[in-house]
Amino acid sequence: MDKPFAITLDVGSSLANKTGSWRAQRPLYVDRLPPCNNACPAGENIQHWLYHAESGDYEAAWRALVVDNPLPAIMGRVCYHPCEGACNRGQLDAAVGINSVERFLGDEALHRGWKFDPPAPSSGKKVLVVGAGPSGLSAAYHLRRMGHAVKIVEAGPMAGGMMRFGIPKYRLPRDVLDGEVARIVDLGVELELGRKVSDIHKAMQAEGCTAAFLAVGAHIAKRAYIPAGEAARMLDAVSVLRGMEGDDKPMLGRRVVVYGGGNTALDVARTAKRLGATESIIVYRRTREKMPAHDFEVEEALQEGVLIKWLSTIKNMGDEGTLTVEKMELDDKGFPQPTGEIETLAADSLVLALGQDVDLSLLENVPGLEIKGGVVQVGANMMTGFPGLFAGGDMVPSERTVTVAVGHGKKAARHIDAWLRGTAYVAPPKHEIAAFDKLNAWYYADAPKTVRPMLDLARRTSTFDEVVSGLNETNALFEARRCLSCGNCFECDNCYGVCPDNSVIKLGPGKRFEFNYDYCKGCGICVSECPCGAIMMVPETN
Amino acid sequence: MNRHEKLMELPTQRQPVKFYQTGTFTVGNRLLPENLRSVQADIGRTNSLNSGHRACQGCGEALGARYAIDAAMRATDNQLVAVNATGCLEVFSTPYPETSWQIPWIHSLFGNAAAVASGVAAAQRVRGRPHVRVVAQGGDGGTTDIGFGCLSGMFERNDDVLYICYDNEAYMNTGVQRSSATPPGARTATTPALGREPGNVSGTGKNVPLIAMAHRIPYVATASVANLHDLELKVTTAMEFHGARYIHIHVPCPLGWGSLPADTIRIARLAVESGLFPLFEARDGHVSARTPIRRKVAVDEYLKLQKRFAHLFASPAGRERIALIQATADRNIEEFGLLEDEATRG
Repeated sequence: MDKPFAITLDVGSSLANKTGSWRAQRPLYVDRLPPCNNACPAGENIQHWLYHAESGDYEAAWRALVVDNPLPAIMGRVCYHPCEGACNRGQLDAAVGINSVERFLGDEALHRGWKFDPPAPSSGKKVLVVGAGPSGLSAAYHLRRMGHAVKIVEAGPMAGGMMRFGIPKYRLPRDVLDGEVARIVDLGVELELGRKVSDIHKAMQAEGCTAAFLAVGAHIAKRAYIPAGEAARMLDAVSVLRGMEGDDKPMLGRRVVVYGGGNTALDVARTAKRLGATESIIVYRRTREKMPAHDFEVEEALQEGVLIKWLSTIKNMGDEGTLTVEKMELDDKGFPQPTGEIETLAADSLVLALGQDVDLSLLENVPGLEIKGGVVQVGANMMTGFPGLFAGGDMVPSERTVTVAVGHGKKAARHIDAWLRGTAYVAPPKHEIAAFDKLNAWYYADAPKTVRPMLDLARRTSTFDEVVSGLNETNALFEARRCLSCGNCFECDNCYGVCPDNSVIKLGPGKRFEFNYDYCKGCGICVSECPCGAIMMVPETN
Repeated sequence: MNRHEKLMELPTQRQPVKFYQTGTFTVGNRLLPENLRSVQADIGRTNSLNSGHRACQGCGEALGARYAIDAAMRATDNQLVAVNATGCLEVFSTPYPETSWQIPWIHSLFGNAAAVASGVAAAQRVRGRPHVRVVAQGGDGGTTDIGFGCLSGMFERNDDVLYICYDNEAYMNTGVQRSSATPPGARTATTPALGREPGNVSGTGKNVPLIAMAHRIPYVATASVANLHDLELKVTTAMEFHGARYIHIHVPCPLGWGSLPADTIRIARLAVESGLFPLFEARDGHVSARTPIRRKVAVDEYLKLQKRFAHLFASPAGRERIALIQATADRNIEEFGLLEDEATRG
């Protein structure tokens, strides 16, 4: 024995002492569902594409985005961004400007000419899509990427649907729309314009398709009976906005009254201003709070000088351009009731913006369809009552926004793909929501939202230039980095650093971390100090 | 620009380009350049105090010791010897014949760590190895009570040692007896929550960092496990000096404080944010920098997470003592200027 005096044992490492046996609960890395992703009607993985944008890799961010939505430059302009309403950062300072970053990525892609990843190998199957609006384009894009042949038949002279014939240029410049449509066509989607499908059955047979996706939209203006003299000029919002696409702009006169309270009413009133109207007045029967239009659009319209008469209905229109308007008041249930109080309003034209109906004529010979409230009923898989016939967008029950339509297209594409293979698409279970109380907000640096520059007011009311401009690279990066990465590890190294027992193993950039359960005592500091709520504790079972 | 100045540049709201999502609040940050990330974020960090040690769940001292010694190892290019006083850290890391230390490490008695460290430093000098640096470390018992004479002697002679005190505010491994670092009102085994003034006395306290400053040694600092970047910066700075240096690190103890193991860092953070544990640096006896409070909180937020203070919330007399504790925090904020704008730091 050659040990020093009084030493009887060799030096050992404490690694022999597996302190993991003390544990009553264990930490687990999880991916929770960020509230933004959960709120997105198009099912975008927002947190994931922001993650790439944060590091300045905009192409990777764009590629992650278009996995779910092929129209980011359009989305970044016309989406009502429910994601931002759900954003956890809203509880800290202000929601992340997701929509503005999306637009930046979309514009960057158009500017740099990024192309979609090539489609999967051909499946030998073909799908007919009727309607080249957001829903049809989205379905066509997803089906094409899955390897199917796709043909879109569109009744209008150009693709885009309501994005072209409903949304004014000052909100969506046409070169952006054209660019994003062209990229989908470049993927190998066949697009036939100017052909109205009158019988869907025959059209499917003629194209050799066993499955079709219908997305014809809702383009027929709803009417209301308003007694009017012979010389009274009464138009509907759909034809006014559609007329804006042609060479002969609609003649609205100097004093324009728009009847309705939706986004379309605002679009028409703002368009009238730009066409030279000195007065552009919206008449709506309820209050601002009850208005279906989005508040920021109301705000922008008011800034541009559009006047709004709340709690008013139009009784009749006289020959001299005189409108009789009755004041309303809300009853206990919030419904407007007439008061008998009458006033008159001078108007050169009255535009009705009372909603739109669907042209269902192409479905006349299809058995098994259920039509309720003027729209086609579909199942959870977006299929109509007729096998192989799917439908989405404004012609099915929905909120009728571009984003919802794009989401329908994606969802339908997944089910059509499964249907063609003779299987059923089963959506993976949703993760638990990463609510604000799951986060440790201490760790995020303070940073207010970057407000997108607005076009100077004078130019706004006289031209059709885009009202809201985009972010530049610097502030887009700033905005992306305001993301809290709710529920998903962003490799901040906190768990690796704060473990008193060194039982978090760092796997290297992009590979995240894992626990060394031999030594983890289950203290839970990693859970408390994880900024984004990507770790949870579960009881040990044995 | 040195590392300190670079760190203070981050994060800033005024220059959007320099916004890094979490800045330097988190241990690492993939958006920051490597040299601005913490030692603890390094995949190849020393892990000077290795796994398998017998510290309780959520031990703040085990965490603080690894933070500090890993930073000192990097600062000295791994040329470091550690001398340990008796205490939790010594007991849980070295039950014979096992050790958790992955650096040269020596333990002698409870009260003589500073003197032994002075000797180790002298031996390195005599043997012509001045690049081998010496750290002495102990808990508050071994530092502020039992080892206090040796510590003062080490300061007074200006021996070339960095002494680190891990302050968990009582003798924990022997069963939570009070020390001179135990705060007013706290319940310990020897200051039960009984009688007219339950818990520890509301005395005048013993602030060892200020006593160290009174020795006019080159460097004194306080640090917390809740602010890793600040702690590493101070250890790194200390290793730039020769002579006697002292760092006092606040390390919550779930066992002795009656807190949840998962709350260790949260509690340390609340001690800093309430002003009860001011973070500052002092050079040659003068305060040279302080770490500002980011989001001020009332001391209640800190106290109520710990069972050792629970009795204070149960009676009007206890409430009065909480008011005294709040007054202490307010005085710290005032005296150290803890609410100044970050830009004025340093």
